[in-house]
Amino acid sequence: MDINWANVFEISSLLKCFIVGGLICVIGQILIDKTKLTPARILVIFVTTGAILGGLGIYQYLVDFAGAGATVPLTGFGNNLAKGAIEAVKESGLVGAFTGGVKAAAGRNCGCRFLWLHRSTYFKA
Amino acid sequence: MDPLESKKTYQDYVDKKSPNSKILKNCFNAFWVGGLICTIGQVILNICKERGFDTQTSGTIVSILLIGISAFLTGLNLFNKIGKFAGAGSLIPITGFANSIVSPAMEYKSEGYVMGVGGKMFTVAGPVLVFGISASILVGIIYLIFNTQSVTLV
Repeated sequence: MDINWANVFEISSLLKCFIVGGLICVIGQILIDKTKLTPARILVIFVTTGAILGGLGIYQYLVDFAGAGATVPLTGFGNNLAKGAIEAVKESGLVGAFTGGVKAAAGRNCGCRFLWLHRSTYFKA
Repeated sequence: MDPLESKKTYQDYVDKKSPNSKILKNCFNAFWVGGLICTIGQVILNICKERGFDTQTSGTIVSILLIGISAFLTGLNLFNKIGKFAGAGSLIPITGFANSIVSPAMEYKSEGYVMGVGGKMFTVAGPVLVFGISASILVGIIYLIFNTQSVTLV
């Protein structure tokens, strides 16, 4: 299949992605330097923030604007969970709230868990 | 000297001695490394879109590839070096999440596969998943009650 490389390396989308993704990381860096939060807590804060912003529908604007710049950081993971939950609630009501988030992130989670298991098998600490 | 005062003087002493973490430099490094990782993701995303995947599928492919790469780099011990240099720049993107799972998994391999690798894998990622999924359940329930997203949009 032909790939139009001009579209792949479209400079404006890459630039937006770079700046937004970078800024999200800077927020994390400021949290690390200025507070005594451990990295694990910062990850939790980012995921939860993403889920809340996703639930409010705000995060979707950022995704539309920056593409991978908004979905690759962990806030995008939270947004994915929240979006999945909302989709599932539309389909199947209350049960959807419990199944939806995990279902949306399943590809990411399960595929990766398999990878993780393999990596740990191949490499020594 | 009473204990409280000595504690305070000790704290002052520590503050004076411990090197100031150069926040501006750290932020700059975090910015460009984080931005670069996201840009790699965007390139993969664009390629997926060119080949005709929808947005949701492309997003999943991007995260699986990035996680695969970072898990591989963690295995080669390269990711720790990037992490030391970039701080949050490699922690906040999904790559840091993968790293947080692979490194304990490798570390506890000596304790066996079931309780070592399987059990310790989620020491860091466990809370992230628990709180993320809990938040998504709450979002779902709130959505169910109010039945619209725009209620909360100001």
